[in-house]
Amino acid sequence: MAEQKSQYTGLLGWVDERMPTLMSEYKKHLSEYYAPKNFNFWYIFGGLAITVLVIQIVTGIFLVMNYKPDANLAFASVEYIMRDVPGGWFIRYMHSTGASAFFVVVYLHMFRGLMYGSYRKPRELVWIFGCLIFLMLMAEAFFGYLLPWGQMSYWGAQVIVNLFGAIPLIGPDLAVFIRGDYVIGDATLNRFFAFHVIAIPLVLLGLVVAHILALHDVGSNNPDGVEIKKHKDAAGRPLDGIPFHPYYTVHDIFWLAIFLMLFFAVVFFAPEMGGYFLEWNNFIPADPLTTPNHIAPVWYFTPFYSILRATTEQFMIWLAVGTIGMAALMILSIRHAMARGAIAVATIVLLLGYFTLDPKFWGVVLMGVSVMIFFGLPWFDQSPARSMRYRPGWHFWLLIAWVVAFLWLGYLGTQSPTPAGTLVSQVLTLVYFGFFALMPWWSRMGTFKPVPDRITFTAH
Amino acid sequence: MTTTLARFAAALGALLFAGSALAAGAELQLDKWPAERARNLAALQNGARLFSNYCIGCHSASLVRWNSLQQIGLDDRQIKDFLIPGNQKVGDTIKIAAAPAHQKAWFGKTPPDLSVITRARTSFDFAGTDYLYTLLRGYYRDASSPTGWNNVAYPNIGMPHIFWESQGLREATIEEIHAHRDPKTGHTGFLKTVTTFDEIGIATKSAPEPLAAGREGATHTFRPLDPAKARQFDADAADLVAFLAFITDPSAGTRVSIGVWVMIFLGLFTIVAWRLNAVYWKNIK
Repeated sequence: MAEQKSQYTGLLGWVDERMPTLMSEYKKHLSEYYAPKNFNFWYIFGGLAITVLVIQIVTGIFLVMNYKPDANLAFASVEYIMRDVPGGWFIRYMHSTGASAFFVVVYLHMFRGLMYGSYRKPRELVWIFGCLIFLMLMAEAFFGYLLPWGQMSYWGAQVIVNLFGAIPLIGPDLAVFIRGDYVIGDATLNRFFAFHVIAIPLVLLGLVVAHILALHDVGSNNPDGVEIKKHKDAAGRPLDGIPFHPYYTVHDIFWLAIFLMLFFAVVFFAPEMGGYFLEWNNFIPADPLTTPNHIAPVWYFTPFYSILRATTEQFMIWLAVGTIGMAALMILSIRHAMARGAIAVATIVLLLGYFTLDPKFWGVVLMGVSVMIFFGLPWFDQSPARSMRYRPGWHFWLLIAWVVAFLWLGYLGTQSPTPAGTLVSQVLTLVYFGFFALMPWWSRMGTFKPVPDRITFTAH
Repeated sequence: MTTTLARFAAALGALLFAGSALAAGAELQLDKWPAERARNLAALQNGARLFSNYCIGCHSASLVRWNSLQQIGLDDRQIKDFLIPGNQKVGDTIKIAAAPAHQKAWFGKTPPDLSVITRARTSFDFAGTDYLYTLLRGYYRDASSPTGWNNVAYPNIGMPHIFWESQGLREATIEEIHAHRDPKTGHTGFLKTVTTFDEIGIATKSAPEPLAAGREGATHTFRPLDPAKARQFDADAADLVAFLAFITDPSAGTRVSIGVWVMIFLGLFTIVAWRLNAVYWKNIK
C-alpha cells in the first residue's frame, strides 16, 4: 500500500502518515467540533465533571497504594495516610471532597438538561448514557463509602444492603449474597473495594466515552434549544457554531479556575464541610455491636433516602390514590383498547401489592423509581419548545418547585425522623413524582413563545 | 378569613418546627472551649504534659506517633525524656499496657482511643472540643455513683474524676425541667427540680415546682471551694483539649497555611484565564 503523504510536516507529519486517526479524532472532537456559540454558565459542568473524575482517579490511585482493605486494618490505614504518608492528608481530602464535588457538578449538569430540554430528540442516547453514568456514580460513591470503615460506613452499608432484604421471597438470601456474610464484614469490605477501585470505574469511563461520542454525533444543544445544524455555510460548518477548541477550552479553563478555588477552599480550610462531606460519626471505628443513634447517608443520597423513609403504612393510601388518578388519566388519554385494559390490570395488581406487601418494600421500589425515572424524560416531555426560554413561564416555576422538593427532601434526609418531617417528606415525594408522571400532560399546556430560527447571541 | 388563614399557617408552622424544637430543648448546654489555645505552642505542650501524665494510663492514641509531637515544638529527646512512659520508642504509636477486656470489667466500658476524639465527638449540634472541655470540667461528687463522681456532660460516666486534686472540691446545683402531664386534670406543663450536691456528694433535692412554660433540659452551676484552683484547672483543661484537637487533625495548621498560598495562586490564575478567554472571544460576533 502506498504511503499517504500527510498535510503536516515534522514529527506530527511522521505520526500522521502512520496513524491518521490521531489528527482526525482531534479535529472531530476538538478543533472542528462546532459547538453553539451561545453557551452560558450552565454549560461548564460537563467539563468540570470530567475534571473531578480525573481528580478522583489520580488521588484514588495514590490512596490505594497505602490503604488496607481489611476490617482490622482499614480504619487505621486511612488515618495512617492522613498522618504518616507525606502529603497523604492532601490526597485523601481531595478524594473525599471530590466525591461530594462530583455530585454537585453532576446535579447542576442534569439541571441544565432539564432547563433547556437537552434530552429531547435526537439526544435521547446522550441522556440515557448520562443517566447510566449517574447510576454508576451512585454505586461508586456507595461502595467507596464503606472503605474508611467508620461507624457511618458500616451502618450506612448495613441499611442499604438490608433494603435488598425487603424484596419478597429472594430478599434475605440476596442480602447475604451481596454482603458475603450475615453481617457487613471483612468479605463485604473486600468485594466493595474491588467494585470501587476496578469494576465501577471501568464501566464509568466507558460510559463517559459513550456519552461524549453520542453527543458529538448529534451536536450540542444550547440555551435556545434550536438546532444549529439547520443553517450551515458553504463548507458545511454551522453558522452559529464555533470550534470547541480553542474557544470553549479557554472559556472552560476560566470557569475551571473558579471551580478549583471553591474546591481547594474546602480541601484546605473545611475538609469536613461541617460534617456533610466527612461525617463526624465516621471518625469512630466501625463497631458491629453499637448502632449509632442516627444513621444518615451522605448528603448526595439523602433526597432518595427521604423518599424511602416517607413510604410508611399511611403513605400507601396516598400512593394508591395517586396510582388510581394516574391510571384514570392514562386510560382517558389513550385510545387503544388493549392498552387501556393493560393499564387497568397493571393498576389492580399494583393496588393489591400496595396493601399485601410490606410498605418497606414499596419504599425501596419508590427509591429505585425516583432515580430511574430520569431515563424516561425524553418521552415524558411533550412540549413543542425544548428550552424553558420559549415555554410558558409557569413551566419554569414547576421545574423550580421540583428542585425545591428535591433539595428539601435532601435536607429532611439528613435529619432524624420526626412525625412532622415524615409528613412534609410525603408531600414532597408526591411533588417529586407528580412532576415527572404528569409531564406528558402539563408539558403541552400553556402558551408557548415563538422559537427563533437561529440562536440569540450577543458578543462578549 | 384572615384569621383562619393565620391559624392554619400557625398550625402548619408548629407542625414543621415542633420536632426540631423538642430535639433542641433536650440539648446539653456546653461551655465554649477557648479555640485560640490551638495556636499557642505553650498551651499545646502543657496539654501534651497533662495527656502523658493523666490520660495514657487508660486511653491509647494508637494512630498517633510520639514523634508527631515535633510539630508542637518538642524534639525527640524531650518527647522521650518527659512524655513517653516505659520503653516505647519515639517512632512508636501511643499504645497502652491495659487490656481492653480488663478495662471493660473495671469501668463498664473500654475507654475510647483518643486519636481522633475531637472529631468523633463532634455532631451537627456541637463541636467535639466544646464537649470535651465541658466534660473534663463537668465532674461533681455524687455519693450514689460507683466511682463517687458524676458528670453533667455525660451522666453516670464510668470514668472517675482523674483531675479532682487539681480542680479542688465543688458544690454542684443541677436544675432540671421536664415536661409533665397532670394525671388527674390532664393539664400539661413543666416541672422544675433543683438538686444540690455538696462537696462530698450528698444530694438534696427540692420539691418539684410547676411551671406554666419552659423548655426541657438541664442547667448546672458549680461553686468551687477554692475558686483560684478551679480557674487554674479550667486553663489546664483548655490546654488538654487543644492537644487532643491537635492529635485528631495534626495537618490542620499546615493545611491552612498552604491553603492561603493555593488561593493566591488560583486567584492570579483566574485573572489570567479570564483575560485569555476575553482575548479569544473578542472578535466573535
